Parts: sequence; C-alpha cells; structure tokens
Amino acid sequence: MDISVLIQRKTLIVTLRGELDHHSAGNVKELLEELIKNRGPENLIFDFTNLTFMDSSGVGMLIGRYKLISAIGGKVCICGASRTVDRLLTMSGIKKIIATYQTAEDALNRLEEVVS
Amino acid sequence: MNNSMHLEFLSISENESFARAAVAAFAAQLDPTMDELDDIKTSVSEAVTNAIVHGYGDAVGTVHISCVLSGNVITVTVSDRGRGIEDVSLARTPLFTGAKGSERSGLGFTVMETFMDSIEVLSTPGEGTIVTMWKRISTLPQAACV
Repeated sequence: MDISVLIQRKTLIVTLRGELDHHSAGNVKELLEELIKNRGPENLIFDFTNLTFMDSSGVGMLIGRYKLISAIGGKVCICGASRTVDRLLTMSGIKKIIATYQTAEDALNRLEEVVS
Repeated sequence: MNNSMHLEFLSISENESFARAAVAAFAAQLDPTMDELDDIKTSVSEAVTNAIVHGYGDAVGTVHISCVLSGNVITVTVSDRGRGIEDVSLARTPLFTGAKGSERSGLGFTVMETFMDSIEVLSTPGEGTIVTMWKRISTLPQAACV
C-alpha cells in the first residue's frame, strides 16, 4: 500500500495505491491521525483511482475517519473507486454518509460549492 | 476439474494479502470472471482477517486454508485454533463486532454471505473456528452440438 497526501486549501486529499485490508488500514489510520491533528484539514477526499482491492477493514477505516472529520464539521468524499471497490462500498451502505465522485477535482469542486 | 490445495501460515496481518492472492491464483483454474475472482478474494480476506483479529488477537497462531475444486464449484475452508466464537449467529449479524473500541465495521460475515453462494461457521469457544465457503463458478455456454 502506497499512501500519498496533498493539501488543497482546507481539504486533505489522500491517494491510496494498492490493496486496502486490515493490515494496510492500520497504516493509513496512523498516518491520517497525525495529519488531521497537525494540519487540521476541514475535509477529506480519498482518491481510490489506483486502489485495486478493499475489504470490510477498509470500510471500518473509512467510518473511523468519517466520525473524526464530521465531528469537526467537515466532509469526507471518495473518488475514483473501481467497480470492485464500489461494489463493497454499496454493499456496506457507507455511500449514504460518504459521497462518491469520479475524480478528485469533481469532489473538490463539490466541497467548495457546499462551503461557498 | 478436481483439484485441492492446503496452506498454513502464521496469524500475522502481512499474510492477509498472501492468503487471498494464493487462493485466487488457485481458483483461476476454474476460469472465473473478474467479479467472481474478486468475490472469492474478498471473502478469503474477511475469513483470514477474522482468524487473525478475533481468533488469535494479540497471540500468534496458525491459520489453515484448504481449497477444493470439484467440477465448477470451489470450496474454501479457513480454520484457526484460536479463542472461538461464543455466539455464532450473533457474530454473523451485520454490523456486530466482537472487537470493542477498534475500527471494525462488523461486516466480515455479511461480505462472505453476499459474495459466496453459501457459508458455514463452526466454532467452539477455546478451541477455534472453521469457516467453509462455497461458490459455483459460471461456465461459458457450450458450443451447440450439430
């Protein structure tokens, strides 16, 4: 699992490459905990364009970050989910609380529309 | 197609990706669709994660996988000799998690039930858990005999 982050104004864009399971979810959680505490982003976008696999541990990680960000009034979005990943997102019901977009740009535009 | 294989590995989280990749590579002999292969990979990942997180917790034990191909049906059995499950039907309830305070979604068994044709869970507290999953792989229509 390769994790890269980018801060665009008040939004943290987290790009995950590879497979998100119980093992890698722990690493993502640790890194984001640090970044959210130190950089204080309002919103979080997960870019899943290069995510090739996700199981329910990934859903648990997303719910954890959603709780953290929504507690400070922010939004969490997902973009670029493949068909495989999207099936699990749909099945888990998480799309009712976390919006999904095609690209990070779409998600960012939507977040800024909501803010302005 | 009749074939079988067995795998044994330590209950450390690094082995989750190894286990699902190994089973998927074996299942590929049945020529499944990408969706079917993803279903199997995800279900194996859930069962193996359960064995590691819930079966053994902080201890390190052995997880065993057996895989049987019979006709176009794949049977995957994931077993551990960990702490076992007190109440299997409660554990299979969507969103239930036995790992309090952690970030578990409680969807592991729901994923296995959804992505496989059927699953069976046998567990004895103090002795371990055996999860068996079946999936029939679709076959391409045979060319018509003339």
